[in-house]
Amino acid sequence: MAKVTIDGVEVEVADGTTILNAARQIGGDLVPPAMCYYTSLKDSGGKCRVCLVKVTQGSAKDPRPMPKLVASCRTPVMDGMVVQNITSPEVLEARKGVVEFLLLNHPLDCPICDQAGECDLQNLAYEHGAAKTRYEEDRRTFEKIDIGDKIKLHMTRCILCYRCTYVADQLTDGRVHGIMNRGDKSEISTYIEKAVDNDFSGNMIDVCPVGALTDKTFRFKSRVWFTNPQDAHRDCPKCSGKVVLWMKGDDVLRVSARKDQYGEVKEYICNECRYDHKNVADWTVEGPRHIDRHSVIAQNHYERTDLLAMKKEIERQIEFEKGKTLPEPNPSLTA
Amino acid sequence: MPEKTEKMEEIKFSEQSLALVNRIIKRYPEGRQKSALLPVLHVAQAEFNGWLSPPVMDYVASLLSIKPVEVYEVASFYSMYNLEPVGTCLIEVCQTGPCWLRGSDDIVAHLENKLNIKVGETTADGMFTLKTVECLGSCGTAPMLQCGAKYHENLTTDKVDALVEDLRSANVRSTYMK
Amino acid sequence: MGKKLLTENINVPGIETFEVYRKNGGYASVEKALKTMTPDEVTEEVKKSGLRGRGGAGFPAGMKWSFLDRKSEKPRYLVCNADESEPGTFKDRYLMEKMPHLLVEGMITGSYALGAKTSYIYIRGEYMYIVRILEKAIDEAYAAGFLGQNILGTGYSLDLYVHPGAGAYICGEETALLESLEGKRGNPRLKPPFPAVAGLYAAPTVVNNVETIAAVVPIVNLGGDEYAKTGIGKSTGTKLISASGHINKPGIYEIELGLPVEEFIYSDEYCGGIWKGRKMKAVVAGGSSVPILPADLILKTAKGEQRLMTYESLADGGFVSGTMLGSGGFIVYDETACIVRNLWTFARFYHHESCGQCSPCREGTGWMEKVLHRIEHGHGHSGDIDLLVDVAKKIEGNTICPLGDAAAWPVASAIRHFREEFEYHVKYPEKVKNPKHFEVEPFVSEKKLEAVGA
Repeated sequence: MAKVTIDGVEVEVADGTTILNAARQIGGDLVPPAMCYYTSLKDSGGKCRVCLVKVTQGSAKDPRPMPKLVASCRTPVMDGMVVQNITSPEVLEARKGVVEFLLLNHPLDCPICDQAGECDLQNLAYEHGAAKTRYEEDRRTFEKIDIGDKIKLHMTRCILCYRCTYVADQLTDGRVHGIMNRGDKSEISTYIEKAVDNDFSGNMIDVCPVGALTDKTFRFKSRVWFTNPQDAHRDCPKCSGKVVLWMKGDDVLRVSARKDQYGEVKEYICNECRYDHKNVADWTVEGPRHIDRHSVIAQNHYERTDLLAMKKEIERQIEFEKGKTLPEPNPSLTA
Repeated sequence: MPEKTEKMEEIKFSEQSLALVNRIIKRYPEGRQKSALLPVLHVAQAEFNGWLSPPVMDYVASLLSIKPVEVYEVASFYSMYNLEPVGTCLIEVCQTGPCWLRGSDDIVAHLENKLNIKVGETTADGMFTLKTVECLGSCGTAPMLQCGAKYHENLTTDKVDALVEDLRSANVRSTYMK
Repeated sequence: MGKKLLTENINVPGIETFEVYRKNGGYASVEKALKTMTPDEVTEEVKKSGLRGRGGAGFPAGMKWSFLDRKSEKPRYLVCNADESEPGTFKDRYLMEKMPHLLVEGMITGSYALGAKTSYIYIRGEYMYIVRILEKAIDEAYAAGFLGQNILGTGYSLDLYVHPGAGAYICGEETALLESLEGKRGNPRLKPPFPAVAGLYAAPTVVNNVETIAAVVPIVNLGGDEYAKTGIGKSTGTKLISASGHINKPGIYEIELGLPVEEFIYSDEYCGGIWKGRKMKAVVAGGSSVPILPADLILKTAKGEQRLMTYESLADGGFVSGTMLGSGGFIVYDETACIVRNLWTFARFYHHESCGQCSPCREGTGWMEKVLHRIEHGHGHSGDIDLLVDVAKKIEGNTICPLGDAAAWPVASAIRHFREEFEYHVKYPEKVKNPKHFEVEPFVSEKKLEAVGA
């Protein structure tokens, strides 16, 4: 076990845990954002640089600070390590820079993007971005293409997190798409026209942090905040069968895997569950999906808010703003 | 994106090249044959008209028992692989700082005039493709250009004229392998 | 004449052949090491020599060797980094082309020290003609019993191969080089783990520059202590300097570390002064990525001390008034050179060479190039200069590998020392539209114009 202090909060975690996951064990505002890291995808992370943090003490044994900011998603903790995230102006400045870089060539076409409302980049930009761009040049553009009959690729929106290539490598039996070219000409592509066709390929949509890979069967059906997400399951011989049904009235508009509070799928689902069961009768509906109250999707008020918990959470945040130590987060709000 | 111009079954290395490819593969430990990808792509580009068409890349993938996409990813990353057809002679003029200081802009302009093409284009007769490239490690003998494996250094417009004439009369496909 | 430890015999006719190289004392280090020294003793001599990595970073080579995980059950590898691509640097090419056996000898001695049974020379693809030269030298070394099974009857065996890249500066970064050697895109790896623990094929690996490996030969022959007597302080030995730009005698010079910069530029033994009788404006001392310095600061430090060709002296003053020895790519600019245009070519280079894996470098290098292109071509505006400084700052230190820093430093330093030239470009767009603007009309700063009452 290793003891690590992040923004003044101490936590004890298993050896080998990354700074990011240690922070997630604490929870709350001190958790660094992550756009490319994905716990269940081996080798993911380290690329987008939004999770950079400052290590002011390397370990109890070697207390020297680390010379540069480090990617918290790929840096393992050491016993006695001291980390600054939101308490370091240097980190916040660097993060602002990274967000600007990520948005530099992004089309900002949120009004017509299916990911709007559940987009990690949109949230990140809202929290860390500047109101105006300083980029005067033409934005990079790509043609949108179909990769397979169910997935649309809008390369212009892609932030090159590589997650979809890891899904293809690690979940499917034959990757046919990858990263072509280099530098700012890099793009996700099959190079020659080739369909991504595999039982688990649909998970590429769920791991995509932006609207680069979207579900063609859901395309322009509804803004996500007008849907009513319900947890549901079915007996599936290929996968866990645990999904979220994105409903409008009695219609199932979309089926996706379930994501945790950090947007990560823990149990991937097969394409049959995703695409071939758009009938609510195919599913055992468990009840409304818990959606973070900060999300626009929560505006649907389908879930009764725990007012007491919310009051506590607000108090907790006020305490934090005053610069006092961060009390334990309220588990009922971060589960 | 390049069109499929050749059929898979037409693509096969000569016996000599295949022997070379097999020697290259043996340089790496068992099961690490993917390591041979860069050198084998050089052999392929030299053998198949100076560029890597998708069927050629698929052929290389089959020789190395890797997925075609692994070849596309690599071939599109490195600047020496041509993913589209090029002229018989590919002329690559260095244009980075040290070459610019010694007049590489004039060399490029001279070539554009002489060949009547812009950088990135191929002459109508398919003889020359003109490219500008970044530092080739010849800064002390700048300005310079590379054609095939050969470095042409300390260039003047006269030297460029002579070179173009030589290349035209020799009419041999430029390749890094010779 | 300064002392030469690597290139003393480089002009001996036929030195590229085994026979002539051997007659001139070649392969003595292999005999000495394999027959009279343990691998650890060889490493110890390299440590004692104080040799620092000659590729650019200047990390002590002996220490790098000592980090190699010798407890691992996996095979160990020595990989030579011959991906020389830093603009202004062409020394490894010269060494490999003229004296291929020096590198082969260093590879054998080094591999023995590290316990490597297979070693690779990763050479940039554009140097394909040198691949042929090296392969011929390797064949000769096999034939003479210096490579292959049971070398010189000592029981030590080594196979050595040359592996060409295919056009990617980033593969000079050691982990990108290893990825490329594994047949992948040249994307640098996240560290840790370092190559010393998990390098080529996840096995313990040392990656050293050509010149570093070549220097192992005189170190073993002379002994580390004796080698360390050449040079000054922590800058021991000799260094190959690639001299280019506006000088009378561009080329490669092996210098003793400690040579005054002024002597290097103006002495006939080296650069022979500035061409066409012009004045020197600036110098990039260690390859395109190190900070550019104006003439006065390259000759003397801010404290007024004579600047020497050493790691320490060139770095004196930090990034405010100093620079770095880097790879020894010494580019000299005369008074007609436009610092903005030069910087634009560098920015274009880094934009072209960014692997695109991490966002600050992927997006930032292109951004900087575009802004510089705009300024240089007479379309800049006043906010652009500070924008560049800020973008460079946001890249620096925040990327996976040092390419981000390498792209940011030249921008930051050029603006730091030559801000008036950038302002001139913004203020007089019509004048800079001629690409040879400062050749046509020399740049004179506003301050100087005011001083003469213009």
